[in-house]
Amino acid sequence: MNDHLLSMHDLTAADVVRILDTAESFREVGTRVIKKVPALRGRTVVNLFLENSTRTRISFELAAKRLSADVINFSASGSSVAKGESLKDTALTLQAMGADAIVIRHSSSGSPLQLTRWVDAHVLNAGDGTHEHPTQALLDLYTMREKLGHLEGLRVAIVGDVLHSRVARSLSVGLVTMGADVTLVGPPTLIPPDAPGWGVHVSYDIDGVIPKLDVVYVLRVQRERQRLEYFPSVREYARLFGLSRRRAAMLPEHALIMHPGPMNRGVEIDSDVADQPASVIEEQVTNGIAVRMALLFLLLGGRREDAA
Amino acid sequence: MTAAVMGADDVRRALTRIAHEIVERAPRAEGVALVGIADRGDDLARRLSAEIGRIEGVTVPVGALDITFYRDDIGMRAEAPEVHETRIDFDLTGVIVVLVDDVLFTGRTIRAAMDALFDLGRPRAIQLAVLVDRGHRELPIRADYVGKNVPTNPADDVRVTVAELDGEDAVLLEAAT
Repeated sequence: MNDHLLSMHDLTAADVVRILDTAESFREVGTRVIKKVPALRGRTVVNLFLENSTRTRISFELAAKRLSADVINFSASGSSVAKGESLKDTALTLQAMGADAIVIRHSSSGSPLQLTRWVDAHVLNAGDGTHEHPTQALLDLYTMREKLGHLEGLRVAIVGDVLHSRVARSLSVGLVTMGADVTLVGPPTLIPPDAPGWGVHVSYDIDGVIPKLDVVYVLRVQRERQRLEYFPSVREYARLFGLSRRRAAMLPEHALIMHPGPMNRGVEIDSDVADQPASVIEEQVTNGIAVRMALLFLLLGGRREDAA
Repeated sequence: MTAAVMGADDVRRALTRIAHEIVERAPRAEGVALVGIADRGDDLARRLSAEIGRIEGVTVPVGALDITFYRDDIGMRAEAPEVHETRIDFDLTGVIVVLVDDVLFTGRTIRAAMDALFDLGRPRAIQLAVLVDRGHRELPIRADYVGKNVPTNPADDVRVTVAELDGEDAVLLEAAT
């Protein structure tokens, strides 16, 4: 593995398997009375969240704490960033404080890569703009492998606002790396024009796709990220692409229903569909901690080349 | 140069003897549990449990322990160490835990294993069974049950193979050149 986790493109199939296998061991730690191991004692992990996030930040914080690392949470509001400090100056400050890893979420695509040019710490991308969200993709791969036994050949549809979704981008790359069969489904305005180059299929008809799926992955309608109107109304979107009770009933028996959260119940997914047994949305959250522990351990558990 | 220190029969006899010694100290293996250090130690622990079962007609609980997260050299090796699975589905509190490992060398693995055990419960006692003791301890640790003492140089390589993973039971000593 590289020194950083910036994009799912950085990972080979063997890397993904290693991360998921390591996460498997860390899930056991989460079932103990003492949910903590001393693996990263004395290391400092900085959560640099310059865009709002609850679950990813908490998940990373718990992961680092369960590894006995020291955690510093840094968010835009109430910090020097609110006073106008640049990302570079913030980064150099964290560097001077001896951060071993920086988990960054930022509204600008590519900012994690930029960060690696300024600091020696390992950088983990926790979501950058509309670019990538690799840790979410890895926890989703973990959940699929756990529930269905394998990733190769899995038929997965990613439904919704693919254009603005870093989750969709990272997950598509990861699934294609692992040999799965991916179909992106959504209104044409929300499917990126370069999508056919990702090695995936594209469909505008959810009802034609659903009966053959192993996994339906529902994306959040990101109203806050839309500067233009990409579809006429939320009601029309729900009717054409929402995972309704009727559509959920068309899924094969074994199929999983997944969502990266937070959900807009009644828009992209019906409330009772989100709560039915096929839905593994809560397991996704639990697995997220184990996967992030694995990533921190694999990145920080080895010796840095330049430190030797 | 590689020399076989123990063959499959030697390993079998050593495990049988250790099984007898364990029940000698704890009659009918009352309150005893075996915890093998992954990998290979867990395979040896399962065999010891079966052997005690054969001798005494009792079932001795067996678990597997991964000590990776408790190592003292994390961040000092080029790659993060490989992680195995911990599976101990019984309560350790009040139990006499016999730790089982293939080779006892510096004692650092056993130190890590004891730390790991205490995060899982409070055993009444911890004992140590090893197939090979090759000397050169760096910590004040000794084994209660030893299959074979093998004099080595610190730079030598002692390798245990087990039928479950490697197809064959053996202890090999590769002398440093």
